[in-house]
Amino acid sequence: MSMRVALFATCLGDSFFADSVADAVRLLRHLGAEVHYPEGQTCCGQPAFNSGHMDEARRAAMHTVRTFDGADYVVLPSGSCAGMLRQMYPSLLGEPAAPLAERTFELAQFITQVLGVQDLGDGLQGRHIAYHHGCHALRELGIEDEPVSLLSRAGASVTDWEADQECCGFGGLFSVKIPEVSVAMADRKLDSLPEVDFITSADGGCLMQMSGRARRRKAAVRFRHLASVLWEATGRGSNPTAGAAL
Amino acid sequence: MSDPRPADYATAAAATLRDTPEVRTAITAATRTFDAHRRAAYAQVAAEEWRTWMEGVKNHLLTHLADYLEQAEEQLTRNGVHVHWAGTGDEALAALGDVVDAHGVGGVVKAKSMLTEELGVNAFLEQRGVRVRETDLGEYIIQLLGEPPSHIVGPAIHRSLEDCQALFHRELGTSPDATPDELAGAARDALRSDFLSADLGISGGNFLVAESGTVALIENEGNIRLSTSVPPVHVAFVGIEKLLPRFEDLSGFLQLTSRAATGQAIGTYVSLIQGPRRADESDGPTEVHVILVDNGRSSLLADDTAWEALRCVRCGACLNVCPVYRQTGGHAYGWAYSGPIGAILAPGLLGLENAMPLPHASSLCGACEDVCPVRIPFTDILLHWRHQAVERGLASTTEGLAMRAFAGLTERPRLYGAAARALRHLPIEVGGSALPVLRNWTAERELPKPSVRRFAQLWKDGIA
Repeated sequence: MSMRVALFATCLGDSFFADSVADAVRLLRHLGAEVHYPEGQTCCGQPAFNSGHMDEARRAAMHTVRTFDGADYVVLPSGSCAGMLRQMYPSLLGEPAAPLAERTFELAQFITQVLGVQDLGDGLQGRHIAYHHGCHALRELGIEDEPVSLLSRAGASVTDWEADQECCGFGGLFSVKIPEVSVAMADRKLDSLPEVDFITSADGGCLMQMSGRARRRKAAVRFRHLASVLWEATGRGSNPTAGAAL
Repeated sequence: MSDPRPADYATAAAATLRDTPEVRTAITAATRTFDAHRRAAYAQVAAEEWRTWMEGVKNHLLTHLADYLEQAEEQLTRNGVHVHWAGTGDEALAALGDVVDAHGVGGVVKAKSMLTEELGVNAFLEQRGVRVRETDLGEYIIQLLGEPPSHIVGPAIHRSLEDCQALFHRELGTSPDATPDELAGAARDALRSDFLSADLGISGGNFLVAESGTVALIENEGNIRLSTSVPPVHVAFVGIEKLLPRFEDLSGFLQLTSRAATGQAIGTYVSLIQGPRRADESDGPTEVHVILVDNGRSSLLADDTAWEALRCVRCGACLNVCPVYRQTGGHAYGWAYSGPIGAILAPGLLGLENAMPLPHASSLCGACEDVCPVRIPFTDILLHWRHQAVERGLASTTEGLAMRAFAGLTERPRLYGAAARALRHLPIEVGGSALPVLRNWTAERELPKPSVRRFAQLWKDGIA
């Protein structure tokens, strides 16, 4: 019996990384999962939660809990939103959030920990990649080696980057509340970046922040969402620029 | 009292980045070095177990604080120390003023103490015509420059070697290209006469052991030892949260605090002060005062979430890993404590209305939580203060309205879908100049382009 997965595209995934979310679906199906897309899904509520608007965050969270009620697994192509469902919903909603929290996974985490897949293929031969650890994937969910290992075992060379675990400065509304500091944080990421084919990350927010700054600086750095890169790792993804952050 | 100005944080941070970009370079380099040392020092011991133990000791202390304060007072008094209770900063300064007046103090040497920065001790003394000399090398540098500290442990880390060479050349006549050793030697020579002539030595207190009445001080330069033993009178300012229950707790706290702060197994000098000079002793002060300072701490202790910030041992490890702090250093925060710990203490000690927007001076990356030796839950406390700001009407009205609209959308998938589709057709470049939120993004970054079709549409179309 195949595993039933409910996909949560997330608001940024839905609007800005639609092709990468589609690649996540292709990848999960390729690995034998049966993918569902609960159509009532919206946003996890993090913008309200992180700015202290807890009543509003609770409304978004309750809606999400109801939308994904009964799913065996909920998979998100985002470490930040997965962290919100797993770590923050229980403090926000208490008991009603517990079943969802336990069944929620970020994409690379789901592939390695639940599906038990460590090798996707050899579709990344010859690629030089920098992996940006989104803070919530890294520190809330403890995802550190999983994505890097999936990339390396598919043939990529994941380059050492001294700032790979430092925050990019996005932080949701932080990026517009304290914009100068946010931009300086992105500059630290870009200034320390070694020569690579592209940067990838599990989080659309981080990619938007870093690519938005890189484009303003006219830096020729490319950014791609992890979901598209992992799909390419299988050797089936045909478009080597898929998932580009624009 | 000093005049805290956290309200200027956003402006001050922007100004620092624009006008003194070298501060970012200096702070980033220094904090990365500090943190590399901390990381190595944690790796040498069972740091995770020590952290949990320290958290437990401080939690026990804070939940029995009144009892331990009474015990500390009793022991200090038995040791011959004069104990003063200061509910407010003004009361703490008044207690100091009484000592100054009683002894006709003309000159003071000071050991590094963040609590005295919080209270504005130097300005208070100078207004009374008392000469104050900071004796920690970093503090000495910023005193000569007329600046507040930029970091809890390294007050002058925002300054380069070149800055110090120029400063000491001007103030002490050293050569313009003096080595760090020569600069330290010149400071040592200059400070020697201050130590010998001072009427009063002032220090803080890293820890105060309740069962023995011991004030413990950690340092690397010997200036704290001199400040607390050469002048005839010693005054120690100690925050009420700095107590430890038992003498044997000191060992672990001294060690992990040192490892967290500078990566040392223990500070080069540890002074354990247990009262004035005794009859059979040849040196040490003849009078010792401990001023126990509340100044907002007991009201912070009453806060169900933020009270955990009172476990802080002021090691500065959270500053060293903080990517926000690293861009500007401490001055932008507008008061004594900066970085993550400053952002969570300010609302508690200054009042939330005086601390905004410091709880927003964080991207919630959580790096601070990974290194804190007493496991302070920074993210929870930051979120708590942000929530309190909304509840107390301190957040912007526009943001409140936007969030209510946002919550409404998240509950109505069809409306949400319509809004997401509309995103593609908005003349966003025009909006960029009209809406502050977009303007703050576009000033130095490009806006992301929405996907040609939403994922919801791709799914409907059977593409995925």
